[in-house]
Amino acid sequence: MSDRHPLFKPLIFVGGIVFGFGLGFSHMARPEVVLNFLQFDDFGLPFVMFGAAIVSGVAFALLPRIRDAAPLTGDPYERRLKPFDRNVLVGGAVFGVGWGLSGICPGAAYASLGVGNITILWALAGMFLGAYAQGYWRSRSQARDTAVTGAD
Amino acid sequence: MVTDPVLLQTAADLFPNGISRYAVGGLLVGLGTVLIYIGTGIPAGASTFLESTLSYVSDQSRFQQYVGSRDWRVVFTAGIILGGLAFAATFQSGLVTSSLYEPGTTGQLYEVAGVTLWMTEVQPWRLFLGGILVGIGTRIGKGCTSGHGVCGVGSASKTSLIGVVTFLTVAIGTAQVVAALGVSP
Repeated sequence: MSDRHPLFKPLIFVGGIVFGFGLGFSHMARPEVVLNFLQFDDFGLPFVMFGAAIVSGVAFALLPRIRDAAPLTGDPYERRLKPFDRNVLVGGAVFGVGWGLSGICPGAAYASLGVGNITILWALAGMFLGAYAQGYWRSRSQARDTAVTGAD
Repeated sequence: MVTDPVLLQTAADLFPNGISRYAVGGLLVGLGTVLIYIGTGIPAGASTFLESTLSYVSDQSRFQQYVGSRDWRVVFTAGIILGGLAFAATFQSGLVTSSLYEPGTTGQLYEVAGVTLWMTEVQPWRLFLGGILVGIGTRIGKGCTSGHGVCGVGSASKTSLIGVVTFLTVAIGTAQVVAALGVSP
């Protein structure tokens, strides 16, 4: 993992800049605008999410036909699907409450810091705290499961 | 061309800020994702950064699985922040204008070194509490608006489609309740 192509990180960086610029341009870095959508005052948000999904979808569909593997990693262009289980619903619902309350989501929150929104540090602190809490809890429950299995 | 004033009025009500800034911004978000995917084959989401970065400071087993990707995820996030700043220094500052870009009226603008910056008026307690739930939810639910919403939907993943429908529905319900309770901004 450490001896990646020298252009690996520069490309990730440039991709991140375009991604963040797009979030700024679309005003998704403004929690108010997200909340305006969720309260049905401005229906612009789906154009952002589905516009982005269409662009990525075309690339995801076409690239495997053009070449087998990515030049900088040698990783195959394949669908990496996340398995469906109850967590997708539970986590999605918890995320939904947080998103509906605050109007922020991870990518937009980072971009929000870039457009000057210092107040968003409250949200970033919250996100790290939340991610740590679930990681702590899941690490412990995983250790417990392993211990139980080991005893059998 | 026949224009129906009622239809136009309805569209104007639904999209008070037009649709071009949303559509163009979305295309750029997709383009950023595609650039990374073309070079690396990685469909990058933004929320894994939370757990992968925690692996620097915590030895909880849950975070250790992200040690391999944590460095580039920091680079990705730094890029997103800088991309936001690049937008602030151009369109937000009025240095560059376009008929496709509609400036906003939300929050408050302020200036630092000639760059027009923007700050939210959404209350800190909403951001903090919302942030905690977002942090828990995206990690249990395996993705956020970019991981599920852009990359997952883009790869026609049923899991991601269900994830998006779940969080969109719950978020709309939550925002409606919060607004009905009179919380603003």
